[in-house]
Amino acid sequence: MMSKTVYVCCGTGCLANNSMEVYKELKRLIEKYEVDAEVKTTVKATGCNGLCEKGPLVKIQPDDICYRKVKAKDAEEIVTKTLLNGEIIDRLLIFDITKGKKVTSHRDTDFYKSQKKIALRNIGEIDPANIDDYIERGGYEALRKMLSQMAPEEVISEIEKSGLRGRGGGGFPTGRKWRQCDSIDSYPKYIICNGDEGDPGAFMDRSIMEGDPNTVIEGMTICAYSIKSNNGFIYIRDEYSLALKNMDAAIRQAKERGFLGKNIMGSGFDFDIQIVRGGGAFVCGESTALMQSIEGNVGEPRAKYIHSVEKGLWGQPTVLNNVETWANVPEIIFKGSEWFNSIGTDTSKGTKVFSLVGKVKNTGLVEIPMGTTLRELVFKIGGGIIGNKKFKAVQSGGPSGGCIPESLLDLPVDFDTLKKAGSMMGSGGIIVMDERTCMVDVARYYLDFLSEESCGKCVACREGIKRMLEILTDICSGKGTVEDLVLLEDLCHTVGEASLCGLGKTAPNPVLTTLKYFRDEYLAHINEKRCPAGVCPIKEVRA
Amino acid sequence: MFEKYPKEQRYTLSILQDLQKEYNYIPKEKLIELSEHLGIPLSKLYSMATFYKALSLTPKGKNIIKVCDGTACHIRSSRSLLDEIQNTLGIKPGETTKDGKFSLETVNCLGSCAIAPVMVINDKYYGKLTSSMVREILKEYGGADDE
Repeated sequence: MMSKTVYVCCGTGCLANNSMEVYKELKRLIEKYEVDAEVKTTVKATGCNGLCEKGPLVKIQPDDICYRKVKAKDAEEIVTKTLLNGEIIDRLLIFDITKGKKVTSHRDTDFYKSQKKIALRNIGEIDPANIDDYIERGGYEALRKMLSQMAPEEVISEIEKSGLRGRGGGGFPTGRKWRQCDSIDSYPKYIICNGDEGDPGAFMDRSIMEGDPNTVIEGMTICAYSIKSNNGFIYIRDEYSLALKNMDAAIRQAKERGFLGKNIMGSGFDFDIQIVRGGGAFVCGESTALMQSIEGNVGEPRAKYIHSVEKGLWGQPTVLNNVETWANVPEIIFKGSEWFNSIGTDTSKGTKVFSLVGKVKNTGLVEIPMGTTLRELVFKIGGGIIGNKKFKAVQSGGPSGGCIPESLLDLPVDFDTLKKAGSMMGSGGIIVMDERTCMVDVARYYLDFLSEESCGKCVACREGIKRMLEILTDICSGKGTVEDLVLLEDLCHTVGEASLCGLGKTAPNPVLTTLKYFRDEYLAHINEKRCPAGVCPIKEVRA
Repeated sequence: MFEKYPKEQRYTLSILQDLQKEYNYIPKEKLIELSEHLGIPLSKLYSMATFYKALSLTPKGKNIIKVCDGTACHIRSSRSLLDEIQNTLGIKPGETTKDGKFSLETVNCLGSCAIAPVMVINDKYYGKLTSSMVREILKEYGGADDE
């Protein structure tokens, strides 16, 4: 008997476009039609496929057909035509912009072709609520390999050799972090997964936790074994309800199967993971603030002259990595550090997941090798600007990053080049802006965000950001002067230097980069009382 | 409700979140009770209740509208959605309607940037919104239908 599988994308993006109804309808109709049919079909609800713009997405395997923007009323046709008779429904196919024609498989589109999936390897291909799907695709094989063949010290060396750097933004070498924590003779030690993804415009961690929660669990367990820790925590943002649900189910199933808990896979090694729900504070994405929050305090960061690998959670040695970093770990252990090391650039190895959003045609989640240029990302994978408007800038790194102009589009994306351009990798949000985006308003927007989210501990951050916001609000409403720009730059340096944590230290970046690359827009607001993009409400103020 | 968790400080945030869920805000009496239960000063619980955005010391509406003002939504005009809600329901972000039906909040990115601008009512996501769609959606929840 032939068997087919229908994958309905049920990531948050597709769910908002009613993919659950599509899933239920397909399930109902397949049961209805298939009583005596020759095709055995299974319907699976998967995590995010990335191309959220065209959701809900429905994929049919092994035929390799992908339908976009599927509605519940299309379900009948899909079952009777495609599933039972092998006919392709033309109107539901994806139109590939660069090819100028429709394609049957999503793999044929430029959006997917330029990608290389490591962290996202299973997402969209498995039902995240079912651990068997993960196991079927090689899940927990890395754990098995490690427990049967590798000493803890070898695991650390392997991660060091791979060149993996932290995907949460800073880019600190992961292996070195583990090594440092391992070298301290104080127990218990803790493992933390930072799932408090707060940067506006970034949602890769949410998609991983929703779409492939087991890979995070496996990655954390591997680290726990290498540094001899028995307790782990996953801190998940309060707003991510589906991620919380799927992660909870995955932990339960992993325990039932003996991949987690006491005596893991008969090795005598114990490791348990607990979920901690965030309280809705951006600053808790900062590692020391996050640890405070887990302990049951207000999430304020502390100075880091003593690293958290030495004194972290409850004053004990702690390894904290971001969701995407953990998702890379099992693949590195399974395929070896040489394989991982061969991907990427000299200083940044492997791939990075970006959420490509804003005024770009193909919005969604992409994973590309380090070193891909911004131009390729925006124009090839992203398909260019919506409505063929003129490209203006890309913003990366969230409120800590900066805006990169067209002249720097050929920069290869890795940790170091973005930093040199005044921005940063951050967690991987890439926001594309066109001629209708006002760069002064963008800078003002980020300061508004940060002034609300500053925890208030450091005066420079708490007060400085507010004053900068006032100046920018003045400029946006046509009340700015040229002297303001001098004061603004001055404040940028003070805030950057006199703040304890990343939030304050990097807060000036959006202002500094826009001042550097888009100074003419500031001057138009100040001298001509005009917003070139037509966003700022200058007229109202003058009238 | 407190008994669900071991008597340890680390569960403070979880308990506060449960209270928030149960009562739609954190009643003063409960905060005092919790302080006695865990042996944590009331001032500390108060500072947590005001620090974390998920917690509120004043009652929230039956339906909680969260409008995303993340960067992607911002540059796709999320402000106009807020204006529409403000006009229809007469509340600003952070406020609750007098009849207790709606609370309006802005959130910093719901991670659904691909379908920006986004709004969430209770747990239901609405994407690619326009002002007129917002008006229709509010009607479904019984918001200001005759205006």
